[in-house]
Amino acid sequence: MEVGQMQRQWLDYTRSLFIEGFLDGQFLQLEQLQDDNNPDFVVEVVSLFFQDSHKLLNDLTIALDQKSVDFKKIDAHVHQLKGSSSSIGAQRVKNCCIAFRNFCEEQNTDACLKCLHQVKQECCLVKNKLETLFRLEQQIMAAGGSIPMMELSF
Amino acid sequence: MTMENGVDDSSDQFPKGMRVLAVDDDPTCLMVLETLLRRCQYHVTTTSQAIKALKLLRENKFDLVISDVHMPDMDGFKLLELVGLEMDLPVIMLSANGDTKLVMKGISHGACDYLLKPVRIEELKNIWQHVIRRKKFDSKEKNKTRNSDKPNSETGNVVGSAGTGKSEQNGKLNKKRKDQDDEEDEEQDNGHDNEDPSAQKKPRVVWSVELHRKFVAAVNQLGIDKAVPKKILDLMNVEKLTRENVASHLQKYRLYLKRISCVANQQANMVAALGSADPSYLRMGSMSGVGHLQALSGSGQFPNNAFRSFPPNGMVSRLNTPTGLNVHGFPSSGAFHLGQSQNLNNSSVEQLKYLSSIVPVNQNSVHGMQVPMGLDPLQNNKGVIPVQNLTTGIDAKTNFPVSNKLPDPQSRVTSGADPPLLGNSNNALMLEARPQDTQRVIEYENLASSVPSQHSELPFSLLDQGRYSDNWSNAVQSSGIQTGSYPSSESFRQTAIPATDNMASLPLQEGNLSVSSSISLLPNQSYNSLIDTHSQSVILANRTGHVSNNDVPFQGWDDHNQDGSYPSNVVCSTINTVTPVSSAVCHTPMNSTLHRNLDFNYGDSLQMKRDAVAKLAAKETSLKPHLGNIMNQQKSQQSHFSNNVGSLEDLVSSMMKQEQDEMKLLDGDFICDNYSGGISM
Repeated sequence: MEVGQMQRQWLDYTRSLFIEGFLDGQFLQLEQLQDDNNPDFVVEVVSLFFQDSHKLLNDLTIALDQKSVDFKKIDAHVHQLKGSSSSIGAQRVKNCCIAFRNFCEEQNTDACLKCLHQVKQECCLVKNKLETLFRLEQQIMAAGGSIPMMELSF
Repeated sequence: MTMENGVDDSSDQFPKGMRVLAVDDDPTCLMVLETLLRRCQYHVTTTSQAIKALKLLRENKFDLVISDVHMPDMDGFKLLELVGLEMDLPVIMLSANGDTKLVMKGISHGACDYLLKPVRIEELKNIWQHVIRRKKFDSKEKNKTRNSDKPNSETGNVVGSAGTGKSEQNGKLNKKRKDQDDEEDEEQDNGHDNEDPSAQKKPRVVWSVELHRKFVAAVNQLGIDKAVPKKILDLMNVEKLTRENVASHLQKYRLYLKRISCVANQQANMVAALGSADPSYLRMGSMSGVGHLQALSGSGQFPNNAFRSFPPNGMVSRLNTPTGLNVHGFPSSGAFHLGQSQNLNNSSVEQLKYLSSIVPVNQNSVHGMQVPMGLDPLQNNKGVIPVQNLTTGIDAKTNFPVSNKLPDPQSRVTSGADPPLLGNSNNALMLEARPQDTQRVIEYENLASSVPSQHSELPFSLLDQGRYSDNWSNAVQSSGIQTGSYPSSESFRQTAIPATDNMASLPLQEGNLSVSSSISLLPNQSYNSLIDTHSQSVILANRTGHVSNNDVPFQGWDDHNQDGSYPSNVVCSTINTVTPVSSAVCHTPMNSTLHRNLDFNYGDSLQMKRDAVAKLAAKETSLKPHLGNIMNQQKSQQSHFSNNVGSLEDLVSSMMKQEQDEMKLLDGDFICDNYSGGISM
């Protein structure tokens, strides 16, 4: 596949991620922060997020599994997940966290479990999507091309 | 000693190369933040631990600190307070949670800005303004003090504290930093005409570890009660250090010591006070006290106003003992039955921490106390009166729970179950104790112990009336949040302080100050609400009809139990808005710091205090004796309060009625929820 084609593919794919709500404007900001001094910034941050979220989700699973659920602790974890997901622009994950926190306040264990499940799913989804995107980027770079600047104009 | 010249030197390059310290436990956010800051061309250092951050701040020079609110090792608000106290740097809070009450808490604790995650680069591009503003105001403050040897320049005082004073003055709790900034500007304009801030910019003194060590050595040598800026300056023998610099630093230092000692004392007092808490009493004190203060002072500026109305000496002593100071106040006042809920509310420990969370006073009865703190010696009576009332009314039972609640002012208010009024002082206590007396008792103890220490500090500063006012203004200005707030909050707190000993004095104050607020809180529920001066102030505010935000903060509190201190801050702010005097205003910033400490992780705060105390102890062996002196001084001051109590009583009673009504309206859920939440902090 030639570079131009790959770049168009990359653009289309990225746009679809935005339209479907997987990513939001914050992700664009991250991309803009990436430059020659910091060429792998986006990949690094995203990887960091998934590592961190993996741990948080594990902690959440354990916490919700207790006989007597500590909602404060759960709320703290979800709050952190919300913060980090919003920092990288993972919109759907963030929205799930917001709903999750509401149920925490109500101390509704069942609803919280459902939310947890949903958050895990969303994290998986966005992780796959981003991995695909990064692979595309690598291919473009390998072929000598450059990543086009994404603009939120849709 | 490191001296930083005015902004002028580096203005060419500024804000490039501005040294920023970023603190966030979330690695993802930290990395994004770091990159964003570097993109703004700032010089960035990052850390994920608050403790490490403090260490870095002590060892290196920084211009600005950006910190996350929720951190595992230390609450962001606590860090905020410590940074303000020790290094007097502008601090920006960062959080994914943008609830109004949380933001309010941040501002009242002295944050100069509150950003929401995810942070945008546009917002970061402007953060340098906080550094400039602070420098400018500090210089102005110093200039003013120099020109007019009295603390009268309220504006100056207010201005100094990075906008915290402003908020107080406005009495508009809702106003965010921007407003604060605007006000500050106005303040400056109102300041001495002959002073041109830009022309008379004084070099900002950075209190490095070395410098501070010299300072502490000088203070110890002189004796904490005899340490006056001039003498300290002479002993330190440092070039280019002015009396004003020392004065403001001394102010902060005193508050800091007080806070530490208060916590310790408070705990002890609390235990004692628990028995006798009287919810009704608390009510009186906390809200009315505040109200009075404001009325008394009349001026919008908190530090001045609040203090004006109360005789600094008299007030201080009172405050210190029972309410504000928490620790000291109680034991000495005796009259303050604090045992009553009021005392508890005072959670003097926390209050002390705040340094002068005057607002809290209202809640507990300590209020009366607090106000006096800052006031000029001339005015005083008001503060005295409340104190007296407090003692009479407070029954151990109710008060106790109330005061504990500090941490969660909002929730407290609504719950009203406990004698929430205590608010400030209570908050600390309330938070933990709320539902059960036993719990409270325990908490009280903690608070009591801490409180006393705090008290000692307060009276100390108060004693030095002349200087105090001077320092006060300086402190307020320069220290920004912490010092400024401390005195005010202290005064308030005092009333609220449940400290057993000091409690006696507290009731007086609280009665006056927080009458309105306390009343409403007490009956209802959550102790937490009471404790939180915020809640009280809210109530108070509602009463007067000024504050519109009251409701908002309350509700939001549930979430923030963890923050603990938040409630107190809120209270303060609401009170401020309500009363024109603006004493309330002052409270906010101060209270917030105080409350913050108190409410939040009581345990943590205590721990911190203990650590701090340990440090202090190591540093100054003479601390204890000083405290003793302070106590004595307080006693003498208390007499002044009695005079003022009368007028406050009236106010309090009227407020109480209102508050009671208010309390009913409050949603009990909050408190309950908060309560559970808060406790687990």
